[in-house]
Amino acid sequence: MIDTIDGPPSEERFYLVPLSERGPAPSRVVASYGFWLFLLSDIIIFSAFFAAYAVLSTHTDGGPGGTQLFKPAHVLIETSCLLVSSFTCGVMMISIDRRSARSTYCWALLTALLGAAFLWVELTEFRDMVLLGAGPSRSAFLSAFFALVGTHGLHVTLGIAWLIAMMAQVATLGFMPMVMNRLLCFSLFWHALDIVWIGVFTIVYLGVHR
Amino acid sequence: MTPDPSVESDRATGAHSSGRDRLKSYTVGFGFAVLLTAASFLAAASPFVWTPGVPVLLAVLAIAQMGVHLVFFLHVSSAPDSTNTVLALAFGIFVVGLVVFGSIIIMANLDHNIMPMEKLMQMQR
Repeated sequence: MIDTIDGPPSEERFYLVPLSERGPAPSRVVASYGFWLFLLSDIIIFSAFFAAYAVLSTHTDGGPGGTQLFKPAHVLIETSCLLVSSFTCGVMMISIDRRSARSTYCWALLTALLGAAFLWVELTEFRDMVLLGAGPSRSAFLSAFFALVGTHGLHVTLGIAWLIAMMAQVATLGFMPMVMNRLLCFSLFWHALDIVWIGVFTIVYLGVHR
Repeated sequence: MTPDPSVESDRATGAHSSGRDRLKSYTVGFGFAVLLTAASFLAAASPFVWTPGVPVLLAVLAIAQMGVHLVFFLHVSSAPDSTNTVLALAFGIFVVGLVVFGSIIIMANLDHNIMPMEKLMQMQR
C-alpha cells in the first residue's frame, strides 16, 4: 500500500510504479477530483444565470440600462482585486507545501483582504444602484443582473469565511494531511471563482459598451 | 519492473515541482492573465476596433484567459493525474454550452414567434 501524503520521497516512488500497479490514488488526487466535480456543477449553476442574463439583458422595461449604470473603473478595480488574490492564493499554496505557517498566514491575509476589497466595491456599486431606483425588482434585466453578480459575490463571501476557518485549522491542527487537502480544495474554489468572474466582466460589464 | 521514463516529465504545470518552479508558473500565468484582461478592457473601450467585431474579440480574449487560469492556476494538463479532471471538464463545458446556447436559441425562437401585445389585445376583444 502506497501512502503518498507524507511528502515528496514516497510520492517520487509512487510515480515510478506503472499506472496499472499503483493501487488507490493518493488522497490528495481523490479529494481534489471530488471537489473538481463540485466546482463543475457550481459552474453549471452559473451557466443558468448567464443564460438568463443573456436572454433578459435587453429587457429594461423603460428603466436604466447597463450603459447608464455600470462604471468601467469600478469593474477594473474588482477585476484586479480578484486576479491578484488568485495569484496570492497560489503563493499561499507554495508556502503551505513548504510547511511555513507564518508565510501561509501572510499570503492568506492578503488573499482575504483582496477578496474583501472586491466585495466592498461590489456592495458599494449595488447600494448606489438601489439608491438610484435600479434595484432587482425594477426590470427583468436588473433581476438577472443581481442574481448573477450577487451569486458570485455570495461565493466570494463564503470563500473568505472558508479561508478564515482554514487558517484557524492550520493554527490548531497544524499541517495535517486532512488540513492540506482542505487547503488544496480551497485554492481550487478560489481560482474557479476568478474564472467565473472572467465570464461576468466580459458578458455583463464589457458587453454593454459595444 | 522498468518505470516509464515519460511519466516523470509528464506532470501538470507546476503541480508537484519545486517551490521556485511553481512560483515561476504562477507568475507567468499572472502575467498572461493581466495582459488578456487589459486587452479585454481596451478592446471594449477602444474606437480603433471595428465595432461589430468587438463581441467576438471579447469572447476570444475571455476564453483565452479562462484557458490560462485552467493551465497555470488550476494545473489542468495532460499529465496522468489529470486525465479524469480533463474528462470531467469536457463534460462540464458541454453542459454549460447546452444550457447557455440552448436557452438563447429557444428564447430567441419564442420571442420571434410570439404575437405582439397589441395584436393579442385585439384578438381578446
